Amino acid sequence: MAEKESFPSGSSSPDRSSGADAAGTSAPLAAAPLAAAPLAAPAPAPAAPGGSALSIRGLRKVFGSKVAVDGVDLEVPSGSFYGLVGPNGAGKTTTLSMATGLLRPDAGTALVHGVDVWQQPLEAKRLIGILADGVRLFDRLTGEQLVSYSGMLSGMSRETVTERAADLLRLLDLTEASSTLVVDYSAGMTKKIALACALIHAPRLLVLDEPFESVDPVSAANIRDLLHGYVDSGGTVIVSSHAMDLVQRMCDHVAIIAAGRVLAAGTIDEVRDGAELEDRFVDLVGGRHHAEGPAWLRLS
Amino acid sequence: MVATLVRLRFLVLGNGLRRSPWQLVAFIFGVLYGLGALTGIGFGLLALSAAPLEIARTVVVIAGSVVVLAWILVPMFAAGIDQTLDTSRLVTFPIPLNTLLAALGASAILGIPGIITVLASIATAGTWWRQPGVAVVAILCGLVGALTCIAASRTVSTIASTVASGRRFREVAGVLVLIPLILLGPIISSAAQGIRTAADALPRVADTLAWTPLGAIWAVPSDLAGGDAASAALHALIGAATLVVLVFAWRLSLAVALITPPHAATRSERHRSTGLLGIAPATVWGAIAARSLIYWFRDPRYLRQLILIPLIPALLVLYSNIFHNPGLLIIAGPVVAFLLSLSIFADISFDGTAFATHLAAAVRGADDRLGRAVALAVFGLPAIVVVILVTAFISDTWAAVPATLGISLGTFLTGLGVSSVTSARLVLPVPAAGDSPFKSPQGANLTNSLATFVAWGILILLVLPELALTIVNLITGDVVWGWASLVVGVALGLVLVSVGIRIGGRVLDARGVDLLAQLRRAR
Repeated sequence: MAEKESFPSGSSSPDRSSGADAAGTSAPLAAAPLAAAPLAAPAPAPAAPGGSALSIRGLRKVFGSKVAVDGVDLEVPSGSFYGLVGPNGAGKTTTLSMATGLLRPDAGTALVHGVDVWQQPLEAKRLIGILADGVRLFDRLTGEQLVSYSGMLSGMSRETVTERAADLLRLLDLTEASSTLVVDYSAGMTKKIALACALIHAPRLLVLDEPFESVDPVSAANIRDLLHGYVDSGGTVIVSSHAMDLVQRMCDHVAIIAAGRVLAAGTIDEVRDGAELEDRFVDLVGGRHHAEGPAWLRLS
Repeated sequence: MVATLVRLRFLVLGNGLRRSPWQLVAFIFGVLYGLGALTGIGFGLLALSAAPLEIARTVVVIAGSVVVLAWILVPMFAAGIDQTLDTSRLVTFPIPLNTLLAALGASAILGIPGIITVLASIATAGTWWRQPGVAVVAILCGLVGALTCIAASRTVSTIASTVASGRRFREVAGVLVLIPLILLGPIISSAAQGIRTAADALPRVADTLAWTPLGAIWAVPSDLAGGDAASAALHALIGAATLVVLVFAWRLSLAVALITPPHAATRSERHRSTGLLGIAPATVWGAIAARSLIYWFRDPRYLRQLILIPLIPALLVLYSNIFHNPGLLIIAGPVVAFLLSLSIFADISFDGTAFATHLAAAVRGADDRLGRAVALAVFGLPAIVVVILVTAFISDTWAAVPATLGISLGTFLTGLGVSSVTSARLVLPVPAAGDSPFKSPQGANLTNSLATFVAWGILILLVLPELALTIVNLITGDVVWGWASLVVGVALGLVLVSVGIRIGGRVLDARGVDLLAQLRRAR
C-alpha cells in the first residue's frame, strides 16, 4: 500500500517533486531512539511483512578475463540488518554496484521491493540510498551543500532538504565542519558526509559499502545507533565490511562471499553455526596459514 | 642504492607505457621531439663557430641563462612533471640523505629534458672547435651548467612541494601562469619588433647576465676565446659557487621535506553555508546548475577556461594594434561564444566518478543537461554581450553590433546544444579534480584534440545560416542583414539548444552507467 502511495508506478516518468513530497510526509514519526523523524524509513509495507527488500538473482559480471561476480543469488528480507563479508577482491563492491544500478550486470536481475533496478531504474533508485565505495564526491562543495545537493537531486523541496541536512549533520557530528569544503575533510569525515547523502531522501533500503572504514569509534557508535533506529522503524540496511566482530554484533543477517560466489547466507546464527563468525569465515574462505612466519622475522 | 632508485624510475616509466598505447605514442613523440631539438641545437652551435666572437658569446650566454631559468620556473607551476621519484613516497625508506640526493639527481638527468640539456650543454664545445683548449673548457662548463639546471629545478620543486602543498596555492598558481603563456605570442611578436631595432643592446644584456648566477658559467669559454683570462676565472668562480650553493640548498630543502609530511599545511576554508544552492530554483536542474556554477568559480580546471573571456579580446586588441587593423576586434564576441559554449563538451569527464551521485539519485538525463547548460548561460550570455559592446566601443564598429550579436548568440546557444549531446557520449582523459590543470594524463592530448575538432566542425556547420547573414552584412554594409542574423541566430540557437538537451538527455539516460564505468577506468 505505502509503496503505491509514495512511488506511483505504471507511469514511465512520474512527477518527481510530488512523489518525493509524498515520501517525505509519509515518513512516520517513528519511535526511533534518536527521534530523527526525517531519517526514519518510510512506512514499512504492512502488506508484505516478510517480503524481500532486495532480491538478487544470478548476477554476473566479467571484467576482461576476470570473472568478478559469478552468479550471485541473495535475498535480503525487509527490515533486516544485513552484513556482506568477504575477502579483498571477492566481488562485494561489484555486486552492490550492480544491485543499485551503478554497474550494468552481464546477466541476472536485482529487485528492490519488487521493482527491477534495471527495468525501472528511476522508481528503484528512489527506494535506495547508496554509499558507494571508491567513487569521488562533488568535493568542491561544502558539507552542507553536498548533502543538500543530494537531497535536491532526489527532487525534495528546499524546506525538507534544509531541515534534514541540519539533522543529519548534527547526528553525524559534522555541524562544525558543515561550511568546510569536503575536499578538506579527513577520510572518516568524508565517509560520514557520504552516508548523510545516502540518507537524506529517507530511502527504504540503505546500501552501505564499507561505511566504517577510517571512521573513529565514537562516530561509528553513533552511526550504528542511527542505523539500528532506521532498521527498527522498518528500513533495511546492507553493509559490506571486513570487520567480522562488528558484523556479528551489529547485523542480524549475513552473507559470506568469496571469488564472486555466495558461500553462505542467512541469519547470523545460522551462518556461524555455534562458532565465531570470523572462524566460520576463515573455514569457508580458506587460505589461512598456520606457520610462525619466516625465521628471520623472529627477533629473539 | 642509487642504481636501485634509478632502475625504479625506469620501471615506473616502462609500466606506464605498457599500460596505455597512447602514453607510448606520446613518449615516442617526446623522444622524437627531443632528438629533433638536439640536432637543431647542435648544428646551430657548430654554425656559431663561424660567427664573430661577440655574436657567439651573446647567443650562448643568453640561451644558457634562459635554459637555467626555464628549469627553475617550470616545476613551480607544473608539479606533475617527472615526479616519478616522489620524495614524499620515499620518506618511509631509510635512505641516507646524500644517497637520495644522488639518486634524485641521476634520475632527473636521465629524463628526456635532462638528457637533452646535458647533451646540448656539452655541445657548446662545438662552437669553439677551432680552439681545442677552449672546447675542453666548454665541455666542463657545459656539464656544470647542466648540473646547475637540475640542482636549481630540484631545489625549487622540493621547496615548492613543502611550502606550497596548500591546495589553494597550487590552484591559483596553476591558473595565473596561463595568462603569460597565452599572451606569449603577441609578447614575442612585439618583442621581436623591439629587438630588431635594439639588436645592438643584446651583447650588453649578455654581458650583464654573465655576471649573474644564471649566465656566469656559459660565459667562461668565450672569455677564454677572447683572451680575457681574469674574467674567465671570475665567471667560472661564480658558476661553480652557484652550483655548490644550489646543491647545499637542495640538500637542506630535501632534509626539511623528509620530516615535513606533505599536505600538513592544508588550511581549511569556510564558506557560506548553502550559497548558490540556496538561491537556485528548488528543482533537479536548478540544483545541478547551482552546483556547476559553484564549480565554475571554485575549480581551477573550470576557472582557467573562464580566463578566456577577457583574454581573447585582450589578445585581439594587441594583434589589431600590431597589424593596424581594428576590424579584427569584430571576431572577439563570436570566438568567445564558440570556445565558451564548447568548454563543457566533455563536462562529465570533469565530474569524474562523482557523477555516480547523479546516477544514484536517478537524475534524468534532460535535467542533467539543462542544469549544466543553464549554469554556463547564466554568466556566459552577459559576458558575451559585454565583450561585443566593449570591442565595438574600442574599434568604433557599432554598425556591426547586430550582426556580431546574431552570430555570437547563435553560436553560443547552438554550442550548448552540441555540448549537451557530446558530453553525454564522451569521456575524455582530463586532470582529476584537485590536480594541477597542467597535469594532463599522458597521451590524453591526441584523443582530446581529435574529439575537440569534431565538435568544432559540427558547431560550425550548425551556425552556417547566421554566419552567412553576418558575412553578407559585413560585405554589403547593410544593417538589415545584421538584424536578420540576430533574429535567425537567437531563434535557431534556441531550437538547437533544446533539441540538443533532449537528445543528450536521452543518450545520457541510456548510457549513464557506461559512462560511469569508463570514468572508473580512467581514474
